[in-house]
Parts: sequence; structure tokens; C-alpha cells
Amino acid sequence: MAIWLTKDSKVIVQGMTGSEGSKHTRRMLAAGTTVVGGVNPRKAGTTVDFDGTELPVFAGVADAMKDTGADVTVIFVPPQFTKAAVIEAIDAEIPLAVVITEGVPVHDTAAFWAYNVAKGERTRIIGPNCPGIASPGASNAGIIPADITGSGRIGLVSKSGTLTYQMMYELRDIGFSTCVGIGGDPIIGTTHIDALAAFEADPDTDAIVMIGEIGGDAEERAAEFIKANVSKPVVGYIAGFTAPPGKTMGHAGAIISGSAGTADAKKAALEAVGVKVGKTPTETANLMREIMSAG
Amino acid sequence: MDLYEYQGRDLFERHGLPVLAGGVATTPEEARAIAERLGGRVVVKAQVKVGGRGKAGGVKLAEGAEETVARATDILGMDIKGHTVHKVMITVTADVAEEYYFSYLLDRANRTFLCIASVAGGMDIEQVAAETPEKVVKAPIDAVKGVDEAKAREIVEAAGFPAEVADQVVDVAVGLWRAFVAEDATLVEVNPLAKTAEGKLLLLDAKVSLDENAGFRHPDHEALVDQATVDPLEQAAKEKDLNYVKLDGEVGIIGNGAGLVMSTLDVVAYAGERHGNVKPANFLDIGGGASAAVMANGLEIVLSDPSVKSVFVNVFGGITACDAVANGIVQALELLEQRGEQVTKPLVVRLDGNNAEAGRAILDGANNPLIERVDTMDGAAERAAELAAAGV
Repeated sequence: MAIWLTKDSKVIVQGMTGSEGSKHTRRMLAAGTTVVGGVNPRKAGTTVDFDGTELPVFAGVADAMKDTGADVTVIFVPPQFTKAAVIEAIDAEIPLAVVITEGVPVHDTAAFWAYNVAKGERTRIIGPNCPGIASPGASNAGIIPADITGSGRIGLVSKSGTLTYQMMYELRDIGFSTCVGIGGDPIIGTTHIDALAAFEADPDTDAIVMIGEIGGDAEERAAEFIKANVSKPVVGYIAGFTAPPGKTMGHAGAIISGSAGTADAKKAALEAVGVKVGKTPTETANLMREIMSAG
Repeated sequence: MDLYEYQGRDLFERHGLPVLAGGVATTPEEARAIAERLGGRVVVKAQVKVGGRGKAGGVKLAEGAEETVARATDILGMDIKGHTVHKVMITVTADVAEEYYFSYLLDRANRTFLCIASVAGGMDIEQVAAETPEKVVKAPIDAVKGVDEAKAREIVEAAGFPAEVADQVVDVAVGLWRAFVAEDATLVEVNPLAKTAEGKLLLLDAKVSLDENAGFRHPDHEALVDQATVDPLEQAAKEKDLNYVKLDGEVGIIGNGAGLVMSTLDVVAYAGERHGNVKPANFLDIGGGASAAVMANGLEIVLSDPSVKSVFVNVFGGITACDAVANGIVQALELLEQRGEQVTKPLVVRLDGNNAEAGRAILDGANNPLIERVDTMDGAAERAAELAAAGV
């Protein structure tokens, strides 16, 4: 078992025929993911060959779901078209939509999120601006490299892509149930709290690594959630202690506004509820290793 | 991107919102022309992206063109909390009877937008909220439904705006929301929203932030960037499509992925505590590709910063293969030499992940005395800090 993405997940790709979409469809297939098709209204009815796997192209998400039983979509379309692609996924009521696209205007994300809420949140949205979700050994939806680590009993939730990879690599001797990259945008569909709740409920996850960064107060709210709801051990890491206020550090959401959103405040909030916070990724991994070996 | 007040005023005016007539000047002569056009009494306001300019002497009244020129001469070039004044906004004056507050902003925590309104304007809204929270209304705005007349009226009633201005505030609330959406803003703040002695509503200040991700919808927004205040290295990096932020330290940083680069800055700063307190000199995320050309551009920018004494290249190969990155580094140094750049600063390189062994072998095989390979992130940060401290 894992959270949200399992070996039974059937994945479609919106933007499969584009350069990023086709590159990562090939990688997802190589990782053992059950990719069942793609969506592109202009190429509906055709098929695309991925090293011997013929994948059908559908006109829309609903058609693809009807024909293939898909329950996950990975979205690679350019920022201009992302809002429409996500709304189409929501309308089709697909259970999981993973939005990889970087550079989506925040008004578009706010709009599709509000739309999803109005529709009763039947679709879990991960991202945008995220590397996706991987349940090692089972399925991989997005761009997380599949060969960093095998399956194990740590759950990982992170705002950052490369820090996700780094942490998976550091703890590859133990392995992960699921790794979720939730993305670095100011508004995201799945939060630290959502992942913490799912890992807490997942019988195959024993402990959780949570990676945050400057900007907003998601980590502070996650700390409150951990205090009230999480019994499994959590280890934290926060990036951006040396970031100056008012500057966007790569991720659209990574900005200290006035005195709000600092790494120090996030670290303090996590430590106040008993979460051990590492100073560096390696130290964080070691804290987790201690927990797992004491386990 | 945060706008200057005059840019916000212009934006409001374009969207049909009531603002004072005025213009912006970069020289006293331009100020004279504006004063002559406006006539009578004007206010001259320093344009800086920092609060407290009134107290610093950056806002002055003037009567007629000569006085306007004198005030503009005083204020242009003034230093306000480390910001040099390059522009002044000149507007006609208003006879203000009451001051209110009105804003729309992004509410990250609730994944929506928020309207904040208060009849207690003209001062710091956070202070008003702390001292008299009953005077501040915070209304969530549904991003799909937006603000129509009914929603606006709901806000106006909740905030307790006086009956005689209620209709005007409703119009401003609806118009300001339209501007907020049309311009892809993440903040529009009006403080004060003033009622004049004649009972007319005016937007007397403008604080606006725009979403840079929405730039593809707004080719006109690029012109709002103030080139005079952009760091030259940041400008050069932007022209090369590099995500670079200048900082104040000695260790140049190049990495892949925003989170990993932020983390690298921190780890270098910790290591610096043991080595002469050296600090990271920049943030530079070269992204997923990391080709030789991208690496060369990145190195060129980082090495052209005179405060840089050593460079730490920190790459975790996820999709990127480390052998490609290693080739990129070696070729980048050759490329820089061909461009006539004399590279003398040491590079500490840490490669991990996809094809790390092959990448490390390429670095070793290059036999370049400037390249030093350290295989852990913490160890490499330590070495880069040590080298920077030695080179300072």
C-alpha cells in the first residue's frame, strides 16, 4: 500500500504528445507505471508508440476514463492552457490530477481550486509546479526519477523537487512508501497537512519526512495539525534560512513578506510540537535513520 | 512584482477608478511641466517601494510651478531607508474629510482571495487590526464568483461605511476587483480611500503587486520594471533566462532546483560560521537541463561578481545526468577561456544521483586545478567556505 498512488493506478497524460509530456510518459512507463493513454483533442483517435507500448490519444479526460478506467491524470500542458486542462479533469471527476506545469498564474490556480471546491472536491489536485508523486516499486505519476530508491516505510512530503530527490537518495537504504512533491506555488491543491493525514492513516508508513521552505504559513499550520492528529514520528527540514526578505527564491511561493514566512518561524513551530528539524538535508536524513533503526 | 505608487495610480485610472490628476517626474524640469499643467496647489511625493516616506520628508505640498520645482529638487536623490528617490509623483490636492481602507489580496492559507476593508484608514492596517479588530472586515472572495454588486454591498455593510458614501464604495469595490483580476494582481491596496469635503470618494494611494507568472497575458507589464533599481548581475542573468538573486556573501552558488539551491545557501552559511563568517554570494538555479551552455552562462554571471571568492556547484542528478553536468562544467570553463575570461576562482563541485560516478570521473579526468570534487553536500559546502575564507 501507499497513499493516493498504487500499483493499480491507471494513469493518463494530458499533454502526452508534447515534448515534456512524451519524454516523461516514456519514463513513467519504464518505471512500471500503468499509463493507459493521453489526451489531445487535435490528435484524438491516433496512437503514440512508446518503445513498443501503443498508447491511444483521446479527445478529453472523460473519454479516456470511460475507455481505459483511468483514475489518475498527469498534466504537462503549458501554463496558458493549464487552467482549462485542470477544469476538464475536475469535470470528469478523475480522483487524482497531478499538475507538473511551472509558471501557472495564481489567478488561474485560485480559479480551478475554487471550481474544485464548488464541485465537492471529487478530484485531489497535486501541484501545480510540482514533481508529482511516486510510490516506489508500484507507480510513478510525474517526473520524480524512479530509480533513486526502492519501496520502504517512510512517507515523504515536500515543496521542492530536487530536495525530494536528495532526501530519497539519502534514505535509499530504508526506502519510501510514497513521496509527494506538493509544489512551490503560493496556492497548491494538496498541502503538507493533506499528506500528513494520509500518511498517518496509511498502514504501510511508519514515519514521515516533511520538507518545507520559506513563504506562507503552511509549515506552521502543519505543526498544529501534527500536534493534534499525527502519532507517527515526523522529521522536518526547512530551506531558506539565509534568504533575504522580499526576494522570490526560484519558486513563486518562496518569498518572505515583511516578517512573515521565515524559515526560523517554521522551524520553531515544528520543534514546539516535538518535530525534530535537521539543519541540513543530510542531518535530517540521519534523524530519520535513528528513528527507523530504533523502530 | 511590486509597483510604484504612480504606476498603481495609472493602473487604477486605466480601469476607471477615481484618482487625483497627476504625473510622474524624474527631473525638476519635468516636475515644472506637470505643475504648470495641473495648476494651483500640488503634492510632491517621493516614489520608493518602502513605507514611512512622509516621516522621512518625502511628501511635500507646493503652491505653483516654482515651489514644485524646489520641492522636487529637494526630494529627488533623497535617501529613504536605503532607497534612493529617482522619481516623484505630483498630483493635485484633495480636501480630505475621512480616510478609509480597502484592499484585495491573495490568501495563501485559504487558497483564495481576501478583501480587507475598514472605515479606519490612513494608518497601518495591521495596527488597526491589532488594536481595534472590530473595525476591520476580512471577507473571503470566491475566485470564480468574484465581486459583484451584491458581494460589494455585503462588504460595505459589514465594514460599516457611512450611508452617504456606500454607493460609491460599492462602485470602487467592484471596479477594483475588475482591475485586480484583469491585471493578474496579487495585491491592490488603497490606503487611504478618502472621502473629500464634497463627499466624493478618491483612491489616494496605490499599492499594487502583479503576478510575474501571468506575464504572458500582459506584455505591457514588462515596461513597469524599473531598470534603474535592478541589480546589473540580476539583469544580465535574466537576459540569459537564469534564475539568479544577488546576495551579499563570498561563496558563489550554482545548483539545480529552487529548493536544493535554497538549502545550499543555508548549508554554506553554516559552514561559513567556521570559516571567517563567509556567506553565500547569490542564489542561482540552473534548472533541470544544465547543459554546457547553461552552465557556462551561470558560471560567467557568478564569476563576474567581484565579491565571489569561491564557487560551489551543487547538483543532484534527478532527470539531469551527472555526466552531462560534469561535461557542462568542463566545457563551460573552456568556453569562458575562449571568451577571454580569466577564470582564477576555485570551483568545488558536488555531484550526486543519476550517473554520479561517471560525472565524477569526467571531473577527475579534466585535470583542471581549479576544479575540486567533494562528494557530499555538507563536505563540499565546508570546503567552498574554507576556500572563500582563504581567498578573502
